[in-house]
This record gives sequence, C-alpha cells and structure tokens, in this order.
Amino acid sequence: MTEPRIVEVRRKILKENDVLAHSLRDRFQRSGLYVVSFVSSPGTGKTALLERLLTEMRAEYRVAALVGDLATENDAIRLARSGAPVKQISTGTICHLDAGMVDRALSEFKLDELDFLFIENVGNLVCPSSFDLGENLRVVLVSTTEGEDKPLKYPTIFNTADLAIITKSDLAQAVDFQREFLIANVHAVRPNLPVLEVSARSGVGMKELRQFIVHSRPLSARAG
Amino acid sequence: MHELSIALSIIDGVVEEARREGLSRIEKVHLRIGRLSGVDKEALRFSYDIAAEDTPLAGTQLVIEDVDVVIECPTCRAERSVQQLPLLACPECGAAPERVVCGDELEISGLELAA
Repeated sequence: MTEPRIVEVRRKILKENDVLAHSLRDRFQRSGLYVVSFVSSPGTGKTALLERLLTEMRAEYRVAALVGDLATENDAIRLARSGAPVKQISTGTICHLDAGMVDRALSEFKLDELDFLFIENVGNLVCPSSFDLGENLRVVLVSTTEGEDKPLKYPTIFNTADLAIITKSDLAQAVDFQREFLIANVHAVRPNLPVLEVSARSGVGMKELRQFIVHSRPLSARAG
Repeated sequence: MHELSIALSIIDGVVEEARREGLSRIEKVHLRIGRLSGVDKEALRFSYDIAAEDTPLAGTQLVIEDVDVVIECPTCRAERSVQQLPLLACPECGAAPERVVCGDELEISGLELAA
C-alpha cells in the first residue's frame, strides 16, 4: 500500500460561496457601486431604517435594495415606498442569504447605473455570519429594546461586521436602555467596531449614518 | 440552523476533492473549525449525517479539530491564544487585539480512507 491513509486537503468549506462573493465584489467595484448589507434579529427595525435611508439618499444618489425574507413580500413592498428599485429574494426555508442568491437577484438591476446597493438579510443573528455576500460594508443592527447583552450571545456576527447601529433610540428611555453597557459589550467581543445610534422614526442619527456610509465608499467609486 | 448549508457544502467539496485526487473508500472527513466561526459542532454532525444520505459519503464520519482563537496583542507585541471567548482581549494584559490571527476557520483538512 503506497496510498496514504489520510490525504491532506486544504479547502475552505464555503469555497464556492467565497469565490462567487469575490467575483461579485469585483463586479461592484468595476461598476463603481458600493454595497452595504444589514443584518439583525427579527424585529430590530432593518426595514424601517432602510426605508428611511433609501428615501433620504435618493435625493443625491442612485440607490437600490435587495431584501431577503423566508416568505412574504411585505418588506419589499415597504421598501418600495421609498421610490427606489427593490427586489425581493424569497429564501423559502433558508435562514440566510448567500452569494448565489444575491448574484441571481442582481439580474434585475443595471449595476453601472447605481451608486449604492443595500442588501437586507433574513432576520437572524447567527446564520448570516458565515456567508460573504460580496458586500463592502456589513452592518449589524441591535435595538434599544432587545437586551444589552446581545453581542455576548452572538459574537460571531459582531466579529464579521464593519459597523454596529443601535436602532429605536426614540424608545431608549421607555425601556431604560443602558447605552454604555451595550457599547461596552460590543467592544468586548469586537474591539474598535464603530457604533452609531439612530431612530428611523424621529430621524435622530440619520445624518451621521448617511455620512458614515457615503464616506466609507472609496474615492475612486465616487469619481466613477 | 445554517449548519445544514455548511454540511451540504462539505459534501460538495469532499466529492470534488475526492474526484480530483482519485480517492474512493472515504471513511472520515477531517475538518478544522475555528472557535470564532459560529458553527455549532453538534448541529453540524447531525446535519451532515442527514445531508450525506444517498450520496457517496453516506455513513462517513466527521472528525472535527477545534482551532483556538489567536490574537495579536499590541501591548505585549506577541500572539496570544484567547481563552475567554466571546471576549476578545489579550489574556495577559487585557488589551484589545490589533488583529485576529486565526480562529474563524471553516476548512476541510483531510480525507481519511478505509484501511
């Protein structure tokens, strides 16, 4: 027997997804498109925030959105109220988006004619973390109403994010929200992660969020 | 439960690697799973057994090696293994890491053949 008993292979389990995500990222860059994904638990307010963000950013930029959901087109209908082009991705029983779903949904859009694309993931703080969608900026959202220890319970998603947003800041006082405690927990699992706080209802913090997103976009894309 | 998606990707990956290497009679699939990867090992084993049914890998076993999280501490100027997950801090001095060196792996590392 010359055959070794254990054959060494080194292969990323999600190689196929990673390869596709990289090619998406290349396409986005060539089109001068900046892609931002939103991930959170169900009920954190991804759709409400995105609806407001799309409405506000449309004044200056060409924006569009993809929205993932297990079932129903309710979120896509809400987002479409912003006037921006919106495409629903129905995942059926799958608890997260992957690069293939994003790739297929993109056929609806002319990427060269967009400045920003927002991707709303399925409401879930666990499963989306492993799947690169080709996005440039991954945003994790946590609301003032859902417990300051969320980062300790779901560290992986905070670890893969580029920005954390505290949503529903208008409800902070009513629920006795401990702002410093949440931020400390974010930084315990992911040191130096930028944190912003917004209210999609009152509009507080929206300007800072828009500026963060716009300034994250590389200059080369802005010129193109 | 994204472990089912991961299990399906493992099977596709192993089938492709086995074909390329001309391997048959695979008994065990060796994986390296980082402690920061967010994958639950028990859920993965459970999903793998189901996903492997009716494939050439039916009845094969997963051998999972946990990969510790190693960070680069800017204060100690050294790489340190983090033991207090989910807290990402230097175990010696408590400083926030400059960079995570490893610990988010999701890898197929080897294919063990039947004797």
